[in-house]
Amino acid sequence: MQISARHLDKITVFDISGDIDLSTSPDLRKALLRELRELRMPRVVVNLQAVHYVDSSGVASLVEGLKASRDVGSRFVLCGLNTKVKEVLRLSKLATIFEVCENEEQALAP
Amino acid sequence: MAPESKPLNPNENSLLNGQGLLLKMELRSDPALLCVVRGAVTPLTERLGFPDPECRAVVRAVDEALTNIMRHAYGGKVGQPIEASFRSIRVRHDGAPQAALEILLEDEGTRVDRAKLRGRPLEEVRPGGLGLHFIRQSMDTVEFRHRKGKNQLRLVKILRAGKPQTSLR
Repeated sequence: MQISARHLDKITVFDISGDIDLSTSPDLRKALLRELRELRMPRVVVNLQAVHYVDSSGVASLVEGLKASRDVGSRFVLCGLNTKVKEVLRLSKLATIFEVCENEEQALAP
Repeated sequence: MAPESKPLNPNENSLLNGQGLLLKMELRSDPALLCVVRGAVTPLTERLGFPDPECRAVVRAVDEALTNIMRHAYGGKVGQPIEASFRSIRVRHDGAPQAALEILLEDEGTRVDRAKLRGRPLEEVRPGGLGLHFIRQSMDTVEFRHRKGKNQLRLVKILRAGKPQTSLR
């Protein structure tokens, strides 16, 4: 998995690629929580378009990001969900708790 | 070359004609090896003729089961032994014999507490506890047992005939 972050005014966009599993999800969790809890970014967008695989620990990291965003009053937005990611979120029955946008343009809209 | 789709006919699949061991892996508990196992199991399920969503389901179940072994049975300790074997079997389903993939995962970690194998209510919005749910959603049979000092997890996925298959070359 690779994570890169772009900072656009008051929005942080994470571009995630590769596989999110037990070996990589701690890095995702750490990056999300730093942006939300430490830097208090008003909006964090996670672009998952290039993610090939996500396991339960990856879903758990996203849930932690969501909970942190609620704690600090930020928006936490997922975008670019491909079939594989949608399938796993659907299985987890957590798909509806996230704010999901079809693409990054929508996720960045005011 | 693009993958070719054709009707599934288990009788024409040489991997399913001879019942028995297809693949056996011995690995050490290390999260860095999960992607290696996924990389082996994915083409195996494709060659057996599972449709793409069911290939992903089997891979997900094996990955989550190995994750549970590493996290819970071995408490995150790396370098501990895990065995994974994959067999072609036939099971009775809907009153008829069906080809199926049987996966047996064995570890020598802390004995699995069956009372903790129920998972958690999914309506709770909190991280963790999803792995077992994913395994049960993905497979037709999920059985835990403890034999000769080892935890054993048996997973079975039935190969249902008549669905499109992706043929690898």
